[in-house]
Amino acid sequence: MSRWVWLAVLATLALAAAVLVGPAELGLGDALRALGGRGDQVTVAIVRDLRVPRALLAFLVGGSLAVCGAVLQALVRNPLADPYLLGLSGGAGLGAVLAIALGIGGAWAVPAAASIGALAAIVLVYRLAVVAGAVLDTRILLLAGVVVGSFAAALVGAIMALSPAEHLRSALLWLLGGFDAASWQAVGVFGAYAVVPLVLLVRESRPLDLLSLGEEPARFLGADVEPLKRRLYVAASVLTAAAVAVSGIIGFVGLVVPHAIRLLWGSTHRALLPAAFLLGGALLVAADAVARTAFAPLSLPVGVVTAVVGVPVFAVLVRRWAS
Amino acid sequence: MGELIFEARSASYRYAGAATDAVTRASFAVPRGALVGIVGPNGSGKTTLLRLLLGALTPTAGEVRAFGAPVATWKRRALARRIGVVVQREEPTFPLRVRETVALGRYPHIGAMRALGPADHAAVATALARADATALADRWTATLSGGEWQRVRLARALAQEPEVLVLDEATANLDLRHEMEAFELAAEMVRAHGLTGVLVSHHVNLVARFVDRLVIIDRGEVLAMGPPAAVLTREAVERVFAWPVDLVHWRGVPQFVPLRRAERAASQEP
Repeated sequence: MSRWVWLAVLATLALAAAVLVGPAELGLGDALRALGGRGDQVTVAIVRDLRVPRALLAFLVGGSLAVCGAVLQALVRNPLADPYLLGLSGGAGLGAVLAIALGIGGAWAVPAAASIGALAAIVLVYRLAVVAGAVLDTRILLLAGVVVGSFAAALVGAIMALSPAEHLRSALLWLLGGFDAASWQAVGVFGAYAVVPLVLLVRESRPLDLLSLGEEPARFLGADVEPLKRRLYVAASVLTAAAVAVSGIIGFVGLVVPHAIRLLWGSTHRALLPAAFLLGGALLVAADAVARTAFAPLSLPVGVVTAVVGVPVFAVLVRRWAS
Repeated sequence: MGELIFEARSASYRYAGAATDAVTRASFAVPRGALVGIVGPNGSGKTTLLRLLLGALTPTAGEVRAFGAPVATWKRRALARRIGVVVQREEPTFPLRVRETVALGRYPHIGAMRALGPADHAAVATALARADATALADRWTATLSGGEWQRVRLARALAQEPEVLVLDEATANLDLRHEMEAFELAAEMVRAHGLTGVLVSHHVNLVARFVDRLVIIDRGEVLAMGPPAAVLTREAVERVFAWPVDLVHWRGVPQFVPLRRAERAASQEP
């Protein structure tokens, strides 16, 4: 039980810190007053319209990416799987950029376009991997994911080179990744797209345990393997796409967070998925706070921070795992 | 003959792209309460046959029934409540405790999200005890030896509280003691707890010591079936394993001894 308390405390601290730090330094009292709508109007606007939605969006996106990573790792039975390496993020990015370039990139339309892109990417990745051999090799699957991701990135580059300037600007801003465009609307859009896939994935906790034993043991223990895998791929694709649509491509959260939880508390998904959501959320909120403030008044793309923190942490985790 | 657990009616299976059937017109039945051995050399089709029985493959011709209905009509979870399968090997992607692994045998009963109840914990404890794996419960599966892993997989199958226990080459990589222990446990579950058992193995001598009936598979066909004493003839064994043998009887059960080339001439003299 105490682990949930720790995670909740960690998440709360990260959210609180993210609201307090920034160009305008706020005390806890100011922030709480502003949250309640009291105090001077500038502070109220900063807290209510900028920092709270930004922190919330970062939390929800970080948690979702971590859940996606955990699910994909069990699904393809490879601890190196994550939405980025499997080409889901790249496909989602292509779908989103295409929608923006075609001028149909409203806040509600971009996640839908990104979902189509992510689903197309995972179908393509799967077909490439199956062509390579009758029995699906998950290493080939990851390789196919990287290839499809690169292909999507190349197409994104082409679209941006050929797009009129005003479209280009909004696509470019988005492509860098991050939460500069965070708003209550973005929180609402993300929540609306994310809630169904999140619930679906968490509901499949024990079947995910079975799948990580292997498909044949999973089948003999009662899992309907093929329909189960399809549901999981679709849900993970839509969830990744929703994250990419509101915050661009952010790597390493989905890779590192599930491993950290597994090392601390084990691998059963009933505990792993909610814990990964909380830790992933806290981590991305903290990373975004660092990205905003480390070189103020300049700010870093949050993906840079997650990579700088994530790569060494991953190296340490792999070493500990091996020993 | 009582109720049939499995029944193959002229069932064939051909893998996509293959020139010949892996299993050809196999017909046989496993009645409730029996302990049946499916034996044959590597590549003879016994694993394919087993997958047909378990509904993991759909026959390309003929029919396979389980519990009186076409096996394809069963939902996987319903089948898993009735059939526990121990496979040869598995490699979990992530570290699990033995107790967590065995508790996954409760999935067919509790589903995707429900927590384990008192009945589930009791079933897990009983299964661990029967498979002599209680002392392993808090270990990580990655630290288990081959024999320990096999006991854990047996325990997981027992935690399903099945009517049928299937060992699919479950002992192929193990030494004699662990193989005997696994077969003894399966036999005990059949005799004392009313289960039906299916042992798939290429260790014909060992299987013959335990089972009521043998199904001998040769190049995808059922060559013979019946009590070991009736079907385990020198001709059958020599044909299936393509090697000269001598048959001896030990407590009424035929056991074959592979002959060296020099011995063959001598054995055929009388």
